[in-house]
Amino acid sequence: MSTINFTIDGKACKAKPGQTIVEAAKDNGIYIPTLCHFEGLKPAGTCRICTVKVGGRNMAACTTPVTEGMVVENKTADLEDYRKAIIEMLFVEGNHMCPTCEKSGNCELQALGYRYMMMAPRFPFLFPRRTLDASLPKIVIERNRCVQCLRCVRGITTADGKRIFGVVNRGGHVEITVDKDLAASMTDEMAQKAMDLCPVGAILKKEVGFAIPIGKRKFDSKPIGSEIEKA
Amino acid sequence: MARKITIEPVTRVEGHGKVTIQLDPQNNVLDSRFHIVEFRGFERFVQGRPYWEAPVLVQRLCGICPVSHHLAAAKAMDVIVGVGPDGLTPTAEKMRRLMHYGQMFQSHALHFFHLVSPDLLFGVDADPAIRNVIGVAMKFPDLAVQGVMMRKFGQEIIRVTAGKKIHGTGAIPGGINKNLSVQERDEFLKGADPMNIKKMIEWAQAAVNLFKDYHKKNKDFIDSFAAFPSNHLSLVRKDGALDLYHGVLRAVDADGKKILNDVDYQDYLKYVGEEVRSWSYMKFPYLKSLGKKDGWYRVGPLARLNTADFIPTPLAQKEFEEFKAYTNGKPNNMSMHMHWARLIELLHSAEMIEQLLNDPDLQGDKLVAKGTKVKEGVGLIEAPRGTLFHHYRINDNDQIEMANLIVSTTNNNEPMNRAVNWVAVNQISGKKEITEGMLNAVEVAIRAYDPCLSCATHAIGKMPLEVTLVDAEGNVVDQKRK
Repeated sequence: MSTINFTIDGKACKAKPGQTIVEAAKDNGIYIPTLCHFEGLKPAGTCRICTVKVGGRNMAACTTPVTEGMVVENKTADLEDYRKAIIEMLFVEGNHMCPTCEKSGNCELQALGYRYMMMAPRFPFLFPRRTLDASLPKIVIERNRCVQCLRCVRGITTADGKRIFGVVNRGGHVEITVDKDLAASMTDEMAQKAMDLCPVGAILKKEVGFAIPIGKRKFDSKPIGSEIEKA
Repeated sequence: MARKITIEPVTRVEGHGKVTIQLDPQNNVLDSRFHIVEFRGFERFVQGRPYWEAPVLVQRLCGICPVSHHLAAAKAMDVIVGVGPDGLTPTAEKMRRLMHYGQMFQSHALHFFHLVSPDLLFGVDADPAIRNVIGVAMKFPDLAVQGVMMRKFGQEIIRVTAGKKIHGTGAIPGGINKNLSVQERDEFLKGADPMNIKKMIEWAQAAVNLFKDYHKKNKDFIDSFAAFPSNHLSLVRKDGALDLYHGVLRAVDADGKKILNDVDYQDYLKYVGEEVRSWSYMKFPYLKSLGKKDGWYRVGPLARLNTADFIPTPLAQKEFEEFKAYTNGKPNNMSMHMHWARLIELLHSAEMIEQLLNDPDLQGDKLVAKGTKVKEGVGLIEAPRGTLFHHYRINDNDQIEMANLIVSTTNNNEPMNRAVNWVAVNQISGKKEITEGMLNAVEVAIRAYDPCLSCATHAIGKMPLEVTLVDAEGNVVDQKRK
């Protein structure tokens, strides 16, 4: 099939058929911020941080396929402010204590907070009452930090394809849960994969913490997005 | 008319506290108290957290010596993960020691140069407008620079061992998360003047000499001010050497008799109790064998030099011998000698840093040891301000279910109250006029103990002194604040 031509903020870009805006933007050296998106997982479009404007409408760039002649607005003042607002809302609707979180420095939400220069909250803190489940043998589920991106639900399955993580409740009460029997059979490798897949510190591998020294963490020297953006 | 003097907050100490002194109509002191007005609550909110988070979480108690809490918690967690205090790899233990001595160095330098030197250089009753760190910087710029650079040196040592100057993550249960690269090491061994260890040792020695000169000229003040007999408690190495990172618990009484004979600190609850009094958020620890009334003790530099038999570095040992000779080998009970002891420790810390930097074990790559997990662990360390106790118990799910922390300053609660009372009775009681200088004398006595009251905030600058006049019925008649 032929190459698809489209533009992002006026820049001529090329995409392969079937690529989403996020994927194509990456190939063209343009960073569109994401949080629930993870390469290799089916897009869910839950966080809306990748919101772009296509033909005057707000769209989730991680779920929208590129079409011929598409005109995408990405780095406009309005969109950047929406994104910042979403990040701020995610912070205030959870209980995020970065100073003592072992994901600090490796956390995508924190990294986005830095990228968008979130200096002070503009929304009131909700201080929700959330629980920590430490009863599983290999992982701790720290719901205070969960942003309901559903990466774990989509990405962690048993060898025969059964999902270990799931979602319960609705709206503001949504929370991640696990099939306790399946979770009990998780290996160390699966626990590590779940922790790495979680963009925040909501899934922690048991009995190991702060093993990566400051300075060597993912975002210590490379801010989020810098691996995609070309100078 | 009876009145109550309130000094709030006490300045040039770490954190917030206040002093109240009750006077009768003739200005005779009826009572004095040193109150700690802050409440922390770490022991409660650490409950439920995974145990491996504790070293990073609890260090947030303090911004001045977080390394102490970080390491005390890590030591307790070493016990919990079955490695125990003696099972760390050489690289892990020496990296932690380097971190700790770096902290000791920066904290002692900060205390002496920034907080105490204004009282010594300008006088206890000098004009408060110059009796502060800015005044020192203006009149004694070389000394002020030394203070700043020594603190910086210690902070940089912390950075390369813990990852950050304040609130790092270096120590983890059973070990450490990094070693020291040759490049990092050489920053300190071969750095351009003054940022190298040779210069730091030279300056630390000069600071000891500065105090000794001052002592010679102000013998009465240094020897008698807020002096009182007490018990002394600290960790010592198994062979009796001064060891700030690890050892056994030893206590001596005012005459030097051992009242706690090199016991394993895992059993600290057998020996140490804590009393609660209604007017302070700080508890009053005591040795159970002597009871609440007589069991109180001092911790910190003075106590450490009173319990230790020797110092295992040459320059500090020489100073230690002179220090011990001054009291004929008996325990030193003079509060102001705390500064002398602290500066000897400053020198010792610099020497230890040099020794450690030259140790190739720091470049080793065996960072973490593993053992069989247990449910409970105690970690003790000699923090800059004295013995620090951390005690944790975990449940079957690896969550902390109990934490007990006895912070260094808490151990010195009764001694600081005694010191305040000494000043109130000896320098304020019965005086016709109560001057600002007299009230500063109260603070000078407290400052000798280098208390860390909240372990996080830090009041500096103009002294916000408040004096309240209260009549016999307790009504406020007059209140002055400056």
